[in-house]
Amino acid sequence: MMKEKIRTILHEVKDPEIPVLSIEDLGIVRDFFIDDTNTVTVVITPTYSGCPAMDTIEADIIKALEEAGFKAKVKTVLDPPWTTDWMSEEGKRRLEEYGIAAPVKGSADKRTLFGKSPDVRCPHCRSMDTQLVSQFGSTACKALYKCIDCLEPFDYFKCI
Amino acid sequence: MEAKEKYVLRLADNALILGQRLGEWCGHGPILEQDIALTNVALDLIGQSRMLYQYAAELKNDGSTEDDIAMKRDVFDFYNVLMVEQENGDWGKTIVRQFFYDTYNYFLYEALCTSTDQRLGEIARKSFKEIAYHAQFSAEWVIRFGDGTSESHERVQAAVDDLWEFTGEMFTPDEIDLAMTEAGIAPDLNQIAAQWKRKVTQILDIATLKMPESSFMQKGGKVGEHSEYLGFILAELQFMQRAYPGMQW
Repeated sequence: MMKEKIRTILHEVKDPEIPVLSIEDLGIVRDFFIDDTNTVTVVITPTYSGCPAMDTIEADIIKALEEAGFKAKVKTVLDPPWTTDWMSEEGKRRLEEYGIAAPVKGSADKRTLFGKSPDVRCPHCRSMDTQLVSQFGSTACKALYKCIDCLEPFDYFKCI
Repeated sequence: MEAKEKYVLRLADNALILGQRLGEWCGHGPILEQDIALTNVALDLIGQSRMLYQYAAELKNDGSTEDDIAMKRDVFDFYNVLMVEQENGDWGKTIVRQFFYDTYNYFLYEALCTSTDQRLGEIARKSFKEIAYHAQFSAEWVIRFGDGTSESHERVQAAVDDLWEFTGEMFTPDEIDLAMTEAGIAPDLNQIAAQWKRKVTQILDIATLKMPESSFMQKGGKVGEHSEYLGFILAELQFMQRAYPGMQW
């Protein structure tokens, strides 16, 4: 019961850079538990090691839980490292609606130096005829693509 | 200072100083996409340096924080390799410096993923995913320039020749490296050197660039003997903490 309540609260905490995604959709909440003093400890993992949103996310989690009457703590773990495979299907759907192409699961092996870029679908016109412009986009987690059919540029949430 | 702490500081200082150097390009990149790309790489590196400084602070165990270690040491107490403090120069030189370093970092961190030191393994597994993107980016640009126009070819060949003497230090083990290898904490640098050389030869070849023949190599950064550049980098990096000690915002 209590667990469900906390899960609902965490579901309302959004990624400050991509406000259609909750931190649960992103898969950065690894665990949470409540102790006898009614303190909730939320275990999170960063998407990228330099992600500037992590501090805001931590503050937002504590604020949301405190507003619901809990005492809250956030613990950050590094391992296992975050992967885009942890993103929820619902999250991917909303990401695409928002205009950002969702990570392609099982795309080219990320460990090779010259991995072929995956086939990415344009979030605007759904064409598969798209082209990588740059592996690095407006935030650490995104690459920049353009659509050959509708000619619109778009962000792709890249696989790591 | 115990060997492991010093080794972690070397990794952290490499990441911080190169991140700071790349940050100098912010707002000055040749085109918007590449400006953004380099600052993305800089952000990853600074993020990685934070994880390493946090670990170094715990090893130090005297109440120091990650910020104290990054902001309150002077030149002689920094242990980064000379490569990362070299000037940005033109875009070609920045890319070649990045290519030499990223390729080293790629094989080093791949090996550190299986370190016997649990914490270092965790940090490496997190960082390696990011480094793979860096290494791909800089290698692709070396090829584009080398096999590009005569102007880009000449400039990037000059950068390869200029920076070559700073590659040796990355692979020359001293007693700290040897102790880390012995303990299974870090890989054997000879193995990393062989992997690096194979990759660099392959990319330079595709890029129609010549690998320098000179075997003269600079050294000193790993033991705190730096080029004059580091002082200027630190003067900018640490200015606020020097002018207003302990300030926060």
